[in-house]
Amino acid sequence: MSVLVVADHDLGALSPATARVIHAVSELGPIDLLVIGQDIDAVAAEAARVAGVTRVLVAKGASSSDADASLIAALAEPYHYIVQSAGSVGKDRMPRVAAKLDLMPVTDVVKVLGPTRFERPIYAGNAVQTVSDGQARHVLTIRASAFRAAAGGNDAPIEVIENSAASAARLIAAHRTESDTPDLATAQIVVGGGVALGSAENFQLIEQLAKKLGAAIGATRAAVDAGYAPNDWQVGQTGKIIAPDLYIAIGISGALQHLAGIQGAKKIVAINADPEAPLVKLADLALIGDLFEIIPQLLVELDKAGLKRD
Amino acid sequence: MKILVAIKRVVDHNVRIRVRPDGTGVETSGVRMSMNPFCKHAVEAAMQLSEAGHGDEIVIVSIGPKASNDVILTALAMGAHRGILIETDAELETLAIAKLLAKVVAEENPDIVLLGKQAVDDDSNHVGQMLAALTDRPQATFASEIKVVGQGIEVTREVDSGRETIAIPLPAIVTADLRLNTPRNAALPMVMKARSKPLAVRPVAEFGVDLTPRLTIEKVSPPAERAAGKSVASATELAAYIATEVSQMEAL
Ligand SMILES: Cc1cc2nc3c(=O)[nH]c(=O)nc-3n(C[C@H](O)[C@H](O)[C@H](O)COP(=O)(O)OP(=O)(O)OC[C@H]3O[C@@H](n4cnc5c(N)ncnc54)[C@H](O)[C@@H]3O)c2cc1C
Ligand SMILES: Cc1cc2nc3c(=O)[nH]c(=O)nc-3n(C[C@H](O)[C@H](O)[C@H](O)COP(=O)(O)OP(=O)(O)OC[C@H]3O[C@@H](n4cnc5c(N)ncnc54)[C@H](O)[C@@H]3O)c2cc1C
Repeated sequence: MSVLVVADHDLGALSPATARVIHAVSELGPIDLLVIGQDIDAVAAEAARVAGVTRVLVAKGASSSDADASLIAALAEPYHYIVQSAGSVGKDRMPRVAAKLDLMPVTDVVKVLGPTRFERPIYAGNAVQTVSDGQARHVLTIRASAFRAAAGGNDAPIEVIENSAASAARLIAAHRTESDTPDLATAQIVVGGGVALGSAENFQLIEQLAKKLGAAIGATRAAVDAGYAPNDWQVGQTGKIIAPDLYIAIGISGALQHLAGIQGAKKIVAINADPEAPLVKLADLALIGDLFEIIPQLLVELDKAGLKRD
Repeated sequence: MKILVAIKRVVDHNVRIRVRPDGTGVETSGVRMSMNPFCKHAVEAAMQLSEAGHGDEIVIVSIGPKASNDVILTALAMGAHRGILIETDAELETLAIAKLLAKVVAEENPDIVLLGKQAVDDDSNHVGQMLAALTDRPQATFASEIKVVGQGIEVTREVDSGRETIAIPLPAIVTADLRLNTPRNAALPMVMKARSKPLAVRPVAEFGVDLTPRLTIEKVSPPAERAAGKSVASATELAAYIATEVSQMEAL
């Protein structure tokens, strides 16, 4: 039984999700880690250090849906498992790979119960499916936030492989969100803001608090739609799925589609004007009141408590 | 230009679903059903392309039980021209759905196929990408903007690092995200008119696709419940709680 994991990377660095995916599938067999892209020498070097990786395969060339799927499908033959994180790249590529191989994928896996048994959430996390996959080979996407990261310290060999896959697509522009906050999907602490913030300017209150706590920033769809926060901060059924040790939700009602993204949070704190808000009911700790009064006070109190992580 | 839109009938997104106590699935009988929200954005996108002079014909296809007629009628009332219902009472896997849609694509030969990025029941996020593989067409998933430029389209996609714009040639497959547009509500005269638009009902067996499931769903369970929490009265107490949590985290 052998495993091909496709690495996620961004701006010349291996994404934190990949070490978690490696950990999730480490019991399934020896793992080859495939890195596709341009200027990926540093990524490959990082990939080689992840514990549990047998070999790093490097395929140089522009990464795109159709070309990546062709390459991965062409490499798939000797592997029993083809795996990537359930981030925007894995979600885009893996179903395409699966259909090429005439396989039904199992996606958004949150628990590996055995070689062919997996758990995945459905209905925005309001139900959990136990799926058994009797196919000869398995295409999986893994919800990275549900797993711990594999350790480092490895020194796996790196092999450059031929990549002649061509794409019909052309990248015209990347509109990136500039921010030095931690990766949302794998952050230990997340501070989330809702539409109650009222403007992009006010949303900086959330950013200030996040900075003090060394936290990533999340937002509701309503806040993103209103233009207060960029789309890649959206948490929920259609945004990112988070599982931090601590989630602080501020001015967020707790619609079911938002809750879908935060069920893995260990502790939830809610700051809300409405004691009946679903998120207040769900929270481990709630403070009822006006966020515009509470956040500035909280910033001062955290200083007094000697807390500083930025 | 011809546009095909695949839509799915699902449990309405406002319904709080209940897992059946025997673990066989989610209770769907007697529950309000409607068009998957993402599919509504796909239909709206087709309408807007058509209104901008890029769509002479919009064809709607749905796979499901007879009652899926309702969502096709909704799409026809939004302005689509004709509908196809591939009728089956079986719960099909996404691979089977994509294979059936590939047959429809072969028959209809559309320039653009629009789908929702995911259905809110199974949350799979598979079908568009699978259809692209099976028809060997380029794909643009999670679209928040679609522009026709020359012989192709430029699509802005919502991705983990923000947004990116790609250009792909036609024919192509596009899946719709929620910020693509604001779907229209059909006016009453359009609803009346929809009933007179062509709607072909075709049994699934006609397509000769092997629909045998590849996966077995052993059980469906409710998620773990969270223990009830408490509330504090001041920012001072809240800061103390956060400081304790953070120091516990750092101790690990
Ligand atoms: C198909 C579909 C998918 C969706 N996907 C997502 C998703 O991925 N993520 C997501 O977040 N949403 C998603 N949504 C939207 C979701 O249904 C809600 O509309 C959204 O989460 C609400 O955002 P909110 O909590 O910011 O706003 P609201 O629901 O308006 O809540 C605002 C809250 O702020 C509180 N408040 C107001 N003023 C103050 C104040 N001064 N101080 C303190 N508290 C205050 C209010 O009491 C209220 O609880 C989706 C919807 C659909 C239909
Ligand atoms: C035995 C068995 C095992 C299963 N195991 C799994 C599993 O492990 N993982 C899993 O994800 N699902 C599983 N399913 C469920 C099955 O995949 C879904 O019910 C169904 O195929 C569509 O999934 P989706 O709507 O979430 O697709 P998505 O890919 O989320 O749908 C995206 C878009 O595709 C189009 N589309 C989807 N369905 C239709 C349709 N019926 N008609 C027209 N257009 C459509 C729509 O435009 C939709 O917005 C299983 C089903 C069975 C019977």
